Amino acid sequence: MRTTWVVFRRELASYFATPVAYVFIVIFLALAGSLTFFLGNFFDRGQADLQPFFMFHPWLYLFLIPAIAMRMWAEERKTGTIELFLTLPVSIPAAVIGKFLAAWAFTGIALVLTFPVWLTVQWLGEPDHGVILASYVGSFLMAGAFLAIGACMSAITRNQAIAFVLGAVVCFLFTVSGSPIVINFFSGWAPQAVIDTIASFSFLTHFSAIVRGVIDIRDVVFFGSAIALFLFANVVLVDLAKSR
Amino acid sequence: MVETAIAGPAARTGAETMISIRGLSKHFGSIVAVDDVSFQVARGEVLGFLGPNGAGKSTTMKMATGFLSPTAGTATVCGFEIQDRPIEAKRHIGYLPEGAPAYPDMTPAGFLDFCASIRGMSGAEKRRQIADVVDRIDLGEVLHQPIDTLSKGFKRRVGLAQALVHDPDVLILDEPTDGLDPNQKHEVRGLIQELSARKAIIISTHILEEVHAVCSRAIVIARGRIVADDTPHGLEARSRHYNAVAVTIPMPMHDAARAELLRHPKVAAVEAGVPTNGSVTLLVIPRNGVDIVGDVGGTLRARQWPFDQIRVEQGRLDDVFRILTLPQI
Repeated sequence: MRTTWVVFRRELASYFATPVAYVFIVIFLALAGSLTFFLGNFFDRGQADLQPFFMFHPWLYLFLIPAIAMRMWAEERKTGTIELFLTLPVSIPAAVIGKFLAAWAFTGIALVLTFPVWLTVQWLGEPDHGVILASYVGSFLMAGAFLAIGACMSAITRNQAIAFVLGAVVCFLFTVSGSPIVINFFSGWAPQAVIDTIASFSFLTHFSAIVRGVIDIRDVVFFGSAIALFLFANVVLVDLAKSR
Repeated sequence: MVETAIAGPAARTGAETMISIRGLSKHFGSIVAVDDVSFQVARGEVLGFLGPNGAGKSTTMKMATGFLSPTAGTATVCGFEIQDRPIEAKRHIGYLPEGAPAYPDMTPAGFLDFCASIRGMSGAEKRRQIADVVDRIDLGEVLHQPIDTLSKGFKRRVGLAQALVHDPDVLILDEPTDGLDPNQKHEVRGLIQELSARKAIIISTHILEEVHAVCSRAIVIARGRIVADDTPHGLEARSRHYNAVAVTIPMPMHDAARAELLRHPKVAAVEAGVPTNGSVTLLVIPRNGVDIVGDVGGTLRARQWPFDQIRVEQGRLDDVFRILTLPQI
């Protein structure tokens, strides 16, 4: 626990030690804002909710989150600091969780900074704050799942570009697994149970359920288990690298 | 040349064993990087790990510190097997990896704070330990600059500071003086000697003078195997130059002297140097490293050949190193 906290502090500080954090936050805010107001027809809809704001989150995360996660392990491997880090008295699960939580907290900070959007709807009408809060929670959970995937991909390679591409591809598969692109590929030959299982992996489906305002325990469990699964894989990958 | 031999105390008996390496092997695919390496290091010993590049020094150290898992064998540090009890073992180790990696965007102050915190220190104890190591390694002036911007020498010192911050029982330093200027090398060696009484230390190096300067024992490793495990003095004794006698003789009689010395039963060879100021220095190499200085002096005196500057060589570590590590042809 204590070592996890020490790793968490160092990692979180490291985001802000370089321009990466600021660049990320600025791009995230600019894109989230402009997509909401232009592509999302925020004003034309005439409704005081943040539906158009949250509906773009999966697509923003798709390339922004792998960009945060790509450095997590790949950079340590590249600069050789991994040798220092893993010979400190810290267990691999503590290291993996500390790094993950730091990245998650960082995306949390970026998410919190979107509060002006909330203020805008509040000013324009009378939004359902419960739904908005639920959507923020859902978005944060989904970001965690994307990050866990990205972290895991980062542990595969020492090349950050490869980590980014792998992360984005796997995140994309999970995002769209409920959509016709994927389902049509399987329908016709795979049993319905398999298709249903694949469809149930869709981040999009679970996220839109939450955005409607209902935090269903199943959706929370889904994102929670996705995070746990990929962090477990991350631990295994880091451990495997010792005996390569 | 005259060298003072540092006959390191072969304090292997009685002292507490801190590092125990047994049958350690590492295969990368079909390449055997380390092949059945076993040795022990006791408190008070400074073990020099010698060998050409790629001989397996770093791989052995990576296994001893738990960064790599061995293909076979065990490494035990302070009674904790590194694979079974990694956290406990790592608490006792200070490790400087090859190239002294450190987080480039951190400052030495932040980096040392991280290392001390993760090793369980906090509050006044942490501040004291960091202040102590900063003072000892002389990092004060760069404490708040990003590590990225530091010179190679300072980066190496940051790595050393990190390895020392928790005052470990076992120090494993992979090329601690690489990239340092001669003054810094001297300082680091002084530091290692100062620490050596209370710790078990392994340093890897390919600088042979370093072995003389700090090591009480040296292991030579070549192609993944240990080819020698001895005191620096013992290694020198394996040199054909060990106990060789250099004697300076006036030019006119040097041929005769050479022939005469060669007839002596204890002499294996006589090599002549370049004539300077009408004199030649003959290097008389003994058979099996026996002491021949008396015999050489006696032989020359018997013929009443004038000579000056007679001295005994201590053996050349680089000779031994080359013979031990070059593939047998």
